[in-house]
Amino acid sequence: MIDPQLIAHFVVIGFTFFMLLNSAAVLVLMERKVAAFAQQRLGPYRVGPWGTMQPLADIIKLMMKEELRPRSADTFLFYLAPVLCATAAFAAFSVVPFGADTTFFGLLDAPVKLMAADVNVGLLVIFAITSMGVYGIVLAGWASNSKYSLLGGLRSAAQMISYELSYGLSLAAVIMLAGSLSLREVVDGQAGYWFGVIPRWYVFLQPVGFLIFMTAGVAETNRAPFDFPEAEQELVAGYHTEYSSMTFALFFMAEYINMVTVSAVAVNLFLGGWHGPFLPEWLGWIWFLVKVFVLLFFYIWMRWTLPRYRYDHLMEFGWKWLLPAATLNLLITAGVVIGMGW
Amino acid sequence: MEALFFWLFAGVAVGASVLVVGQRNPMYSVLLLIVSFAALTGLYVLLNAPFIAVVQIIIYAGAIMVLFLFVVMLLNVSKEDATADGQRPLRIGPGPRRFGAVLAVVLAVELIWALRQIASAPFVSPGGEGVQTSVKAIGLVLFRDYAFAFEATSVLILVAMVGAVILARKDPHAKDQ
Amino acid sequence: MLPEPTLNTYLALSAVLFSIGTAGVFLRRNLITILLSVEVMLNAVNLTFVAVDRFLGTVDGQIIAFFVMTVAAAEAAVGLAIIIALFRHRESLSPDAFTSLKW
Repeated sequence: MIDPQLIAHFVVIGFTFFMLLNSAAVLVLMERKVAAFAQQRLGPYRVGPWGTMQPLADIIKLMMKEELRPRSADTFLFYLAPVLCATAAFAAFSVVPFGADTTFFGLLDAPVKLMAADVNVGLLVIFAITSMGVYGIVLAGWASNSKYSLLGGLRSAAQMISYELSYGLSLAAVIMLAGSLSLREVVDGQAGYWFGVIPRWYVFLQPVGFLIFMTAGVAETNRAPFDFPEAEQELVAGYHTEYSSMTFALFFMAEYINMVTVSAVAVNLFLGGWHGPFLPEWLGWIWFLVKVFVLLFFYIWMRWTLPRYRYDHLMEFGWKWLLPAATLNLLITAGVVIGMGW
Repeated sequence: MEALFFWLFAGVAVGASVLVVGQRNPMYSVLLLIVSFAALTGLYVLLNAPFIAVVQIIIYAGAIMVLFLFVVMLLNVSKEDATADGQRPLRIGPGPRRFGAVLAVVLAVELIWALRQIASAPFVSPGGEGVQTSVKAIGLVLFRDYAFAFEATSVLILVAMVGAVILARKDPHAKDQ
Repeated sequence: MLPEPTLNTYLALSAVLFSIGTAGVFLRRNLITILLSVEVMLNAVNLTFVAVDRFLGTVDGQIIAFFVMTVAAAEAAVGLAIIIALFRHRESLSPDAFTSLKW
């Protein structure tokens, strides 16, 4: 007899994986539609109603394309890089919870956690896996043996290391407030209301931390206005210049999944996760999805609104403004936490 | 189960480390070292030290190795050992190198001999089997008993940072600007 | 069946890793690989600390391993800066290229 608890867990894992894959497809469509809206055109509209089947057509197109590899490229690393990128993107989501514990309407005798893996140092695991994501990009840049790719790879290494610090420090402030490294406990710490109206979300305690986290998150995921590793006007396509067909698709997918992960972590840390008004606890995942969707829309909106920074400005901003701000935020938070005796 | 994982991780760690030393291409050396670190991370998890395991990934694999990778890419000296001397096989290097190899082997033999002298005992932790060291416990000891060492480390890192910047920047008085 | 790992197994593994690192420092003629070998040695020491920690049921070993990592970060930063500075002068990464005391 197989433990139903175990089956439920595997179902959750499979579901998470499947939904992440789907989210990349949905995001591609969303990106194109929002872009079209921002630029006053229609966007994809031929495949399916309102172009909703466009991602499917994109995937088929990518699979049909010829797989090209530069002759002087380092074969092994050239193919390892996109795999690393995609693996890191998927792995980071494994410790992100997306709903309250559920018994699936009484189907199981004990509640199962809606997350792939419950680790008691979950936040650190996310941070660790995010920091591994840089290898895929750097290796892609180096192994392609092309100057554009190499420049993209070098830029991404410098950029991600620089912004990781602010990212980590803004995480640390939330950890201090919550007093836990487990994402589930952080989310549970945000249940309830102040004065009966304001949700106890950490974004109200940590507005600066939230801004820093989102800014660093945009830089970590290489999205505009910080998309230097693939700045198309100067570097063709940056680190994935030499990639085509499915290897390119892996990079593409990894980028969108990373966006989902950063948004999901931000929702869990600052926006109360699955806690929200009007809905019962077991429908909390709807709130989670809504919040993640809003953040993702914000991401895409920003891409089509803001121009790209200059690279030295990016570095200056990261080290001279964002990092001191994050440090100050951490110190003040620590002082308040000790002072108030939380 | 634990034994299986131990031998798996141990094998990967030793194999990757041997290849790190044996590689001609620094790029591959760096990557293999990351594999070795990943295996060590697994061992730390087996040793019920999840904090050290994660920190190993964040600090070593996530920061230090990226720095190495960055330098290897920047200097672009792959697939050669820089001098004609490096082109020769490992064994027939000049005298000091052969002496070094002998010393390394002697060290290994000596260490293993020393280990054979102490009695073998399985792990027993007073807190009960399988209790993971919590981050809180580490934090309390770190900031109480080791507070001075912690502060000293911060000064060390500051010094290292300033030193690295001064060493690596271009000489402003150099003739070939 | 594979033998259960004991403290000695961990210490032996650590010794083997340390020896590999030492051999690398002695044998290799590439400054970057030599630095990497030092990292292997530091990691072997860390493994010892954590294993003994588990054996004794304390956390001091983990804290020392943590310190070793921070020092390794400082060492790598300064070491790589020195390598870059040397490479600028000699266009070489072989330690044999840097035998003069002054240039």
